[in-house]
This record gives sequence, structure tokens and C-alpha cells, in this order.
Amino acid sequence: MKKVERIGVNVAGYVDDRTGAAKWLRKNLTKVFPDHWSFMLGEIVLYSFIILLLSGTFLTFWFDPSQREVVYDGSYEPLQDIKMSAAYASALHISFDVRGGLLMRQIHHWAALIFMAGMIAHLMRVFFTGAFRKPREANWLIGVGLVTLGIVEGFLGYSLPDDLLSGTGIRIAEAIIQALPVVGSYLAFFAFGGAFPGEAFIPRIFTVHVLLLPAIFLALITIHLMLVWYQKHTQYPGPGRTEKNVVGYPLMPIYMAKAGGFFFIVFGVTAFLGAVASINPIWLYGPYNPGQVTAGSQPDFYMGWLDGLVRMAPPLETAAFGYTISWNILIPGLIIPGILFTLMALYPFIESWMTGDKREHHLLERPRNNPNRTAIGAMSLSFILVVLINGGNDLIATHFSLTINQIMWFTRIGVIVIPPMVFVITKRICLSLQRADREKVLHGRETGRLVMLPHGEFVEVHEELSAAEKFTLTQHEQPMALQVPNSDANGVLNPQGLKGKLRARLSQAHVEQVSAPSASEAKELESGHH
Amino acid sequence: MSDEFNQIAKFEDPGLPEHVHRKTDTDPKAADLAERQVAILFILSALGTVLAIYAYIFIKDDVFFFIPIMGDTNAHQLFLGLGMAISLLFIGLGLVHWAKMLMPDTEVIAKRHEFRSPDEDRADFHQTIKEQAAAAGLGRRSLIKRTLGLALGFSALTPLVLLRDLGPLPGKDLEKTSWKRGTRLVTDPGDRPIRPEDLEIGAVAQVLPELEPGSTRHLSDIAKDAVLLIRLRPSEFQLDAERLSWTYDGIIAFSKICSHMGCAVALYEQQTKHLLCPCHQSTFDVTRAAKVIFGPSARPLPQLSITVDADGYLVAQNPFNEPVGPSYWERPS
Amino acid sequence: MNAGVKRLSRYRRHRYAAPALLITALISLGATFQVASALPNSSRMESTPKSTLIEEGARIFAQGCSSCHGLNAEGAGIAPSLIGVGAASVDFQVGTGRMPMADMSQQAMRKDPIYNEEETAALAAYVASLAPGPAAINEAQLTYERDGNTAEGGELFRTNCAMCHNFAGQGGALTQGKYAPTVMGVEAKHIYEAMITGPQSMPVFSDKTITPEEKLSILKWIKSAESEPNLGGASLGRTGPVTEGLLVWTLGLGLLIGIAVWLTAKAR
Repeated sequence: MKKVERIGVNVAGYVDDRTGAAKWLRKNLTKVFPDHWSFMLGEIVLYSFIILLLSGTFLTFWFDPSQREVVYDGSYEPLQDIKMSAAYASALHISFDVRGGLLMRQIHHWAALIFMAGMIAHLMRVFFTGAFRKPREANWLIGVGLVTLGIVEGFLGYSLPDDLLSGTGIRIAEAIIQALPVVGSYLAFFAFGGAFPGEAFIPRIFTVHVLLLPAIFLALITIHLMLVWYQKHTQYPGPGRTEKNVVGYPLMPIYMAKAGGFFFIVFGVTAFLGAVASINPIWLYGPYNPGQVTAGSQPDFYMGWLDGLVRMAPPLETAAFGYTISWNILIPGLIIPGILFTLMALYPFIESWMTGDKREHHLLERPRNNPNRTAIGAMSLSFILVVLINGGNDLIATHFSLTINQIMWFTRIGVIVIPPMVFVITKRICLSLQRADREKVLHGRETGRLVMLPHGEFVEVHEELSAAEKFTLTQHEQPMALQVPNSDANGVLNPQGLKGKLRARLSQAHVEQVSAPSASEAKELESGHH
Repeated sequence: MSDEFNQIAKFEDPGLPEHVHRKTDTDPKAADLAERQVAILFILSALGTVLAIYAYIFIKDDVFFFIPIMGDTNAHQLFLGLGMAISLLFIGLGLVHWAKMLMPDTEVIAKRHEFRSPDEDRADFHQTIKEQAAAAGLGRRSLIKRTLGLALGFSALTPLVLLRDLGPLPGKDLEKTSWKRGTRLVTDPGDRPIRPEDLEIGAVAQVLPELEPGSTRHLSDIAKDAVLLIRLRPSEFQLDAERLSWTYDGIIAFSKICSHMGCAVALYEQQTKHLLCPCHQSTFDVTRAAKVIFGPSARPLPQLSITVDADGYLVAQNPFNEPVGPSYWERPS
Repeated sequence: MNAGVKRLSRYRRHRYAAPALLITALISLGATFQVASALPNSSRMESTPKSTLIEEGARIFAQGCSSCHGLNAEGAGIAPSLIGVGAASVDFQVGTGRMPMADMSQQAMRKDPIYNEEETAALAAYVASLAPGPAAINEAQLTYERDGNTAEGGELFRTNCAMCHNFAGQGGALTQGKYAPTVMGVEAKHIYEAMITGPQSMPVFSDKTITPEEKLSILKWIKSAESEPNLGGASLGRTGPVTEGLLVWTLGLGLLIGIAVWLTAKAR
């Protein structure tokens, strides 16, 4: 026995003596994980979370979460002798008087952006491939929860340095709290310990940012991963891959080496960004002062769409009986985001209700093979993109010689018109892609080689697909529309009422497909040709 | 349509494609080369660490040098970061390269089974739950159930009550500012009183109420007190008689705190006489008492009535006659 | 050291020394001012007497400006009257190339000036002769390096300028396609003139509300921001989080996904 093996065996024996876990561990150490680049998106998120924990801990060693007023005497000259909060002063201290502090601040912030961007990309992958279907609805819900908390955590994080830009963001958050009917001003005074900005808010959100939310994240991520582990990963369709198996590489050593290596890669890329690109240069923003503001006051991108919504809101406010309701804040700031996130969270259940599909699914769908879902996803993305554009309208205006008023009107109209258009177009594209697949399976792949036939006609040589390719392009289900009975056993007409009709309509829309070619069809075609 | 196709023979699953051996599987030289490549990646990583430590200790933080695209760049920050990035990235690349080239790459098939338990197990489980519910008497003893619900619901109130001391009640605080009749307008920053003749036509000034002796100014005061002074030609105003009397010789004063979400509104366009909020682009027409002409804000900016005192300095004629800043539920309309 | 100075230095601590010195200084300053104001403004103007400078300016004006601003600078249509705008305004508008305008677009843009310094001075003199207005700034007045305070200037900039010109002076959008231009790379003289004349959309910042010393501080801060190297790596335009978001979706996620594709690709 080699030395390495001996040590391994000894450790395994030691563990089993105390837990009796030999069988369980053996099974799990050889657990199979399918390989695909899009399965790494979730890992990007997981690893940037770890980077956030590490770099964040470093920052807390010097950060002073206090709004006590101090006079800056650090080494950044353009702010010397300026009055500011201790939080801002200590963030400057980290940036300029702690070696590597600025690097760590930038790594922390870049990691936060990668965390959010990775979550959104991962969510898109899960949505468009149908990975959220039974039995993975719980993990979808946890994921939606993580995105929501991620937005909050990110906002609190960049608010901590108490600079002019983030202070403006807090001011806006305060206005949203204050706009809540009945309890708004009370909640605002509780949150801020009195009138805005007070001296209580930064210390409070610090605790939430470094303790409460990370703990919730850790718990949710743990459950998320345990479920992935227990339910086994989904896989893309292909030869040899079925609903009853998982094809991939064993956890030890291959997956472990790749996943472990990818952690270092994500950390390395984040450190690279932190080294070469400036992010959140708080020393340029200056300390927060409610009487000051900067042109181009924008939040980070994951809040940008909310800001864009608020910007495009119509100037509606109801004032009656001595009370005021600010629709211009409530609708874009709370109601629309609330509806969007609720619909997103409920989507797996809505889809299963529409299709009546209650089966387990472990094979992913190619987005084109579920045109309705893909179109819904593209439509939602186009909505977010349009409002996001409005969130940066001032910068777009100055960089592309437009006016903020034009962009505002374009997006105000676009936010209503564009998503339905995107829905229709995406669905058509999916269907024509299906048609193209069908052509390819039946007539082979176009090779671009032209051949002259004896009688002078030119034809393009088509190359027949391999059996594996044919299978991959035709294996998907051909779902049928849900049959909603017109009358029940007792002869009562339309027993499910309007709801049933709606369900039938939605189901009809959902199953719209170009039928996949079958082997018999291909055979028929062949006999016809020759 | 789809129905009939499901009956028809689909293309058969040809099964997992045959495993193709890598060069490193068949050629020992290739494997040795891969091993050396992995080793080089790990060594590069170690060199990255050395670079980072060197930068930390020996590169002063005031050394700058020019890099195209990036401009003048801080050498300490750049090399510390690059060193760290290299040290991490190359460990990762090395590990992945090792896994890809030298660890077995035969795909493994694991069985998956439906999560639903066999019917008899499920029946047993259901039975157990029924028995447990019966044992607890949940079905019969509804008094217990209801009072438990009551107790649990009530117990959630304590934490809520405990949060009460987070802050004071708003009271009339949101309606009040530091402006009083006769408060002088002073420059921000600088705290110098202003005479009307100090402002040319087309001039603006950021002002705050003069501090009473012995008092200090907090950010929460500025958050309500900040005011923008603008001087126009008196003929340019389109105001009613009352609002006109709040101006002084073409000088008009508005709260700088946006009536939408509280940002500082101070983008004054001298030619159009428009005020723009940089946060959400509400646009206010100064000549018409800051009427909203674009954007999400629903109310004009509150106007401060001003006049001059005996010494010829600008003062507030009266406090604001409405709350400044964003709306809230009990805001008097 | 000669004996005279030594004798003087003996009186330095005398209690009347300070007032006496102050009075002497004031008298001599007044006298210098009297003489200076009687003299032509600068050495260059000595060679071109003032009246001919105005005539030269009037000639250029008639050729290059009067088609919009009117033969007597009384203004017409969107071209404002120039009576009383002063030399500072002319020096800014013509010196930064904004005037004459290339086209009647929303806003006059900064470009290479069409008139040289002499011609600009002549135009300024002509316009200043129409009615009194703010005088052009000469380099000697721009003592911001000596008299400015960077930190105070930053505070003033953030209160008075950042809402249009952005926290780092990069400029920003106004309504209807107008914009506040960047103040980076602009001559200090022109920035100063802009503050006292309020060109186009920009309001006037009076000397009483922002004193000349404070204006020098603002200049010093702007020049310090202009020359500030990138402390944390590429600046991404100093326009806030929008470019940061773009970079993370392109370079950041792009790199990571690229590596993920390599990582999951089958080795050969």
C-alpha cells in the first residue's frame, strides 16, 4: 500500500468507527454529477458568496459603523478637515491607510455584483430549461428568496460607507417606507431612530448586513445544496440520458477537483477585477449631506430596474380627507415588484396547473421545445431590460445624444408594448427553430457542397445526422392540451366554470409545437425518395 | 395532432456514445506533458503569491505609472491585486487541468429512482400520521386548538412591542423645519447672510436658515431646511398675487428637498427656468411656483416666502406653509 | 544685512507697528491701483490702444456675430442680446469655441476656438464697451494654487456644481437633451468665467454667495480631481454604478462562463 492510500484508509476507518457511515459515505463520494457549463452558474454564486464572507470579514476589522460626526484627518488630501460620519471616515481609512484595504473593498463589491449577476444567470438557466419542475419546486422557491434577499443585502452593503451616492439611495428608501399607507411615517421614524438621516440607521443596517442576512443566506444555501444533492442534478437530454439515470462524473476525485478549482478561478477573476477596475470610488462621492446630490445618481444594477420603474411612474398622488397616498412611489416601488416576484415564485405551480403535468422531471428541456415558457421568460426579461434602460436614462442621454425625456417616453410606452411583442416573436422563433430541427432530422444537415447531377441540375449535398443527433433532436415530449370536460358525470355543463375555460385556453397555448419527426416518418420519406 | 405521433415509433436512443480515449490515456508522453503543465500552473500561482507579498511590503502606495486604457495607475494596488489574482487563478486552472487531463474521464451512469415511496409504505405513513393526530386529540379537542392559535398569535406581539423603542413617534416632526418668521437666509457652505443685491439676474444660491447662537446644525436639519434661491426678472413670474408676495424683487425660494423622494433638487436651468431632480427627473417650472411639468413627482416644491429685514438681509417672511420633502400618509393636503 | 533693515526690524514689535504697516500698505495699494487703472490694462494693449481694440472687435463682430446677435448686439430670435454681458462672457463663449455656433442645435458645444486670443480680446473689448458687465479673468487672478483649499472646494463643488456636473466633474444630463458639460480639461479661466456669467443653462454664482476665494477653492478641487490618478484601477468613466454593472455582465461573467465552458469541455 502506498503512503497516501494508507493514510486515507486510516482516516476512513477512524470516521467509520465513530459514525458507522462507511456505506453512506462510499455512496456519496461516488455520487455522479452531470457536466455542462450552464451547471457552473450556480457554483459561481456559491463561490462569490464565500468570497463575500471572507472579504467582508476583513473589512469589518476596520469599519466603524457609526454616524457619529468626525473630522477626517487621514491621508486622502481632498477630504482633509471635512466633517463626515465615522462610517465614511473608516471606509476612507480602509481604502487609503490599510494596505490592501482598497483591494479588499473592491473585491468585496465586485464579488457582490458577480453574486447578483450569477444568481440572475442561474435563475434564467433554471427557468428556460424547466429545471424548476417537480420535484424541484422547493429549490426554485428558495432561489427566488435568495435573489430577493440578495437585492436587499447588496443595497444595505453599498449604503454602509455613508457616501453621497449611497446616502441618496437611503434617502429614497426612506421615502418608500414613509409612503406606506397608515404606518409609513411611524415605520420610518422607527427605522431611522427619529428624523432622517439621524444617527441610528447605519449601525442598524450594519448588523443586518453582516449578521442577520448572511446567516439566513447560509441556511438557505445549505438547504438549496442539500436538496440538489439529495434529488440529484438534472441533465440535458442526449443519447443514453433518461429520466431514470444520471450520466456524469463521480464526485471524488474529478468533480471535486473541478469544483474546487473553479472556486479558486472565481476568486482569481474577482481579485483580477478588484486589481484593475475601480468600483464605488467613495472618496470621489464625498460624505453624505442631504443638501447635496450628484448628477447620475444611480443604484447598483440589481436595484437599477426599480429605480427605472420609479422614474417612469406617472405623477399620481391621492390626497383626500387629510390623508395622502403616493401612488407614484407605491406602484413602482412596492406593488409592481411585489407582483413580479410573486408570479416568479409561483411560476412552477402555475405551469403545472396549466399543463396538468404532475410527473417528476429530471431531463431538462431545450428552450425551443417549450415555446410558451421560453416566450414568458423572454417577455419578463424584456420588461426588466426596458425599465433598467430607464434607470440609466441620464447616462444614455448624454452618451448617445438623446434626451432624458425621449428615453422616458420610449420606456413608458415600451414597458407596455415591448414585452407582449417579445412574447410573440420569441414564440415564433422557437417554433421555427423546431421546424429547422425537423428539417435537419428528416433531410440531413446542409453541407454547403454543391453537386452537379448528370442532367445538369445542381443540388446541395445533405449529410445525414448521426443516430445520436437524431435522437437528441426528437426525444422531447409532444404534450397534449388539457381536456377540460364540457360536462361532468351528472350532466352539469362546464363544471369548472370560467377557471376551467381559462385553464383550457392556457394549456392550449402552452402545448403549441411543431411535431417532432418520428422514425416511421423518416422511413416513409426515404422510401418515397428512392 | 401530437396524439398520433406519440403512437408512432420515435427515434431510438442509441445509448451512451462509445468512450473516446484522450491522448493522455494512450500516450504516456502526453500524460507526462500534462503533468508538467499542471506543475507549471501551480508554480505560476506560487509566483503570484510572491508578487503579492512583494507588492505589499516593497511597493509604496504613492507610486503611479501609466497604462493604456487604465490611465495613471497605482502600482501598489495593481500588483498586490494582480499577484493575488494570479496566485488564486492558477491554482484553479491547475486543478481543473489536472482533472481534465489526468483523472479518469469515463462517464459514469447512476440510477435514479422515483421519489414517491411504494404504495404500502405511503399507506403506513398516512396511518401513522392519522394515529398521531388522533393521539394528540387534534380532531376532537377544538378548544385546545383554538386557544393554542390565540396564544401563538399573541406571542408574536411581544417582539413587535419590544421594537417600539427603535425610535420616537413622528408627531409633527415631518411638518416642521427650522425656518421661522425673520430667520435669515445664509449661504451653504459659509453661513453668510445674503442681500438681494448680492444676486444677479440668473443667479442661484444654496441657502440654509441662520443658526441660532449656541445651536448646532445636524444633517437631519439640512434634510428639511435646505433651500434654493433663484433670481429672475420679476416680469418672468407667472404667479398669483399671494405667491408673488412671497418673492422679493425677482428672488424666489424653494425647498431643495424633492417633493417626490427627497433628493436635493438644484439643477437649475437658467434659460428655461426649469429645476430638475437628478434622481428621478421630476422637472419643475420655477416661473409657475415649481409646478411639475415632467417626471414622477406629484406636487410642486414648497415655496418659502421671503423678504428683507431692517439690515437689508434676506429673511423668511413666514415658515413653510406645508411639509417639505416626500409625501406620507398623514400629510395634510 | 545692512544697517537700515536692522534698524527697521527693531521697530517690528512696536505696538503701533501693525497698524502703521497696514495703513502704509493700504495707501500704497490705493496709489498703485490709481496708477494702474489710469494705465491701459495690459502690456499687449499698450501696443493696441483701447479704442482701436474696440474698433477691431466691432469689425469682427459685424462679420462673425451680427448675423445672429444683431448689428448692435441687441439680440434676435434665440440669440440673446449681448449688451451688458461683459467681457467675461465673450471670453468664455468665444474662447471655448462655443461661439460662433456651428449649428442651431439645442446647445452650443465646446470646440476648437475659431478666433485667436487677440481676436477674442478685441471682441470682448467691443462687447464690454456696450455696457458694463463682468470683466474677463486674467491669469494673474487665478491664484488657486496658492489661495485655494482643496477640501473646502470639494464641499462647495458638491453643494453647488455636482448636481449637474457629477461628483467628479464629468458632466450630466439636463432636460430636453441639454447637458452640463464636463469640467475636466477646461481652462481654469473659463471655469471661473462660467461661474460669474452663467452661460446657457448654467446659473450665475455671484461673488457674494460664493466669494472669489471660494471660487478659487472650487478651481483647486477641480484641478486636483482632474490630475488625481486612478487609485483603484481603471476609472470606468467616473460616472457611478452603471458602467460597473456593464463591466460585471460583460468582462466578469463573460470570463467566468468562458472558463466554465473550458472546464466542462471534454478533453481530447
